[in-house]
Amino acid sequence: MTTVEDLLRQLGPRVLGVLVRRGADFASAEDAVQEALIEAVTRWPEGMPSDPQAWLVTVAWRRWLDHVRSESARHRRERADLEEPPPGPTEQADDTLHLLFLCCHPALSPSSAVALTLRAVGGLTTRQVAEAYLVPESTMAQRISRAKRTIAEQGLDAEGERDLGRVLRVLYLVFNEGYGGEVDLAAEAIRLARELVGQTDDPEATGLLALMLLHHARRASRFAADGSLVTLADQDRSRWDTALAAEAVDLLHAALAADRLGEFQAQAAIAALHADAPSAQETDWPQVVGWYDELLALTGSPVVALNRAVAVGEADGPQAGLRALEEVPEGIPRREAAHAFLLERSGETTQAAELYARAAARASSTAERDHLTRQAARFRSR
Amino acid sequence: MAKYLLLKHYRRSSGPAPLPGTDVPMEQWTQEEIDAHLTFMDDFADGLRERGEFVDGQALSPEGTFVRYGGEGKPPVTDGPFAETKDLIAGWMIIDVDSEERAHEAAAELSAAPGQGGEPICEWLEVRPFLTREPTADA
Repeated sequence: MTTVEDLLRQLGPRVLGVLVRRGADFASAEDAVQEALIEAVTRWPEGMPSDPQAWLVTVAWRRWLDHVRSESARHRRERADLEEPPPGPTEQADDTLHLLFLCCHPALSPSSAVALTLRAVGGLTTRQVAEAYLVPESTMAQRISRAKRTIAEQGLDAEGERDLGRVLRVLYLVFNEGYGGEVDLAAEAIRLARELVGQTDDPEATGLLALMLLHHARRASRFAADGSLVTLADQDRSRWDTALAAEAVDLLHAALAADRLGEFQAQAAIAALHADAPSAQETDWPQVVGWYDELLALTGSPVVALNRAVAVGEADGPQAGLRALEEVPEGIPRREAAHAFLLERSGETTQAAELYARAAARASSTAERDHLTRQAARFRSR
Repeated sequence: MAKYLLLKHYRRSSGPAPLPGTDVPMEQWTQEEIDAHLTFMDDFADGLRERGEFVDGQALSPEGTFVRYGGEGKPPVTDGPFAETKDLIAGWMIIDVDSEERAHEAAAELSAAPGQGGEPICEWLEVRPFLTREPTADA
């Protein structure tokens, strides 16, 4: 059942998009939308308007105009009046997209872009965003208002800065970096990616959505009941959400058919091959390596080269994996863990144990550290 | 974004040595020098707040006690303080910043707090990344 609150959270960003497209500056447009939402909460229970979004746009726009009229100097007021577009049907699809591009402005750091996107496009409260990132609400409020100021100062160039790749990277950060407060950020990122896919026919946007769905499908099996990490090979595949994975594979096929390969499509292809395998041994490792080759050519990323080396180890044996690992520069996160894994496979257990311990000391998450510490301990006799 | 703990060490039994001439204890500073130092600290925290990077911070008393398990049914064993010989952590601050470079930059700025004669004290700050909870996606 959709409550008034749910509806308002959905409509808020769209209304904000309309106001911003009509020329309202970001900060005061957001204030106006908030006021309109508050008014809706008190009025709607007495009787829903026939077109809730139009109602909100009208109220918010009037509030915004009130602000402008009362606060700005006369000439600014007149200019805003002149710039008001003629009435007509709104293209709401384009508005949310425009808002996303604004929130992922090139002048913003990735973390600011993430915060602003969740606030303005996701419709989350500042408290919810702060909670998800485990920082004080006042800190998050500062981060968001700085980001808004930056956008207000810099504006958005017509086409030059409408970088879809940047928007996709920000959405992937939302998916990956949240700790989950009361709002599930992974689900939120998927929701936004769905909207984005609906509004662009970009195969990379579709590829990203497919990738998120594939990761999401495995979520229930990635950690044991006690919170410890379960590696891909050991995951209980019966707990993977096959419906979600199937949807992702369909999306991926559609994206690949466009023949404009990008890194998210390639990553989704690898995730799809894992999702498709009944067990780790039965994975089509040669094809996984093939996709890592594509991904490496697209990104040149040492992290990709590292993952490729592990896949080579599965496809052609640990010795081949170790040779591939030699191409990966030292100091890459998880290089030691991968090295230890390949050494263990080739029977060099003493060296593997030592490397697992070193990798544990450099792990970036508690789950990863605990997992690697246990890996190292397996070789200690009693 | 990643969180870092900045640890202010006043006296240490380990770690790199302080710059010669900058390790004069605070009790030997003048009133004005102490005021300037504290003002700098407050301004530094305000700057971090304004940038949306401040998470938390506290000063710690120099007097601490070592405590350990004393055995079944026995009171805990306490010892100390050992302010002269062991590490003395004067305070800590948690920041949430975009990169490790930025964390180091912030720590260096804090290390430049004025001391005796208004000169930067160049104290060592220990910068420790927080272990995160699990990332959502694996390879």
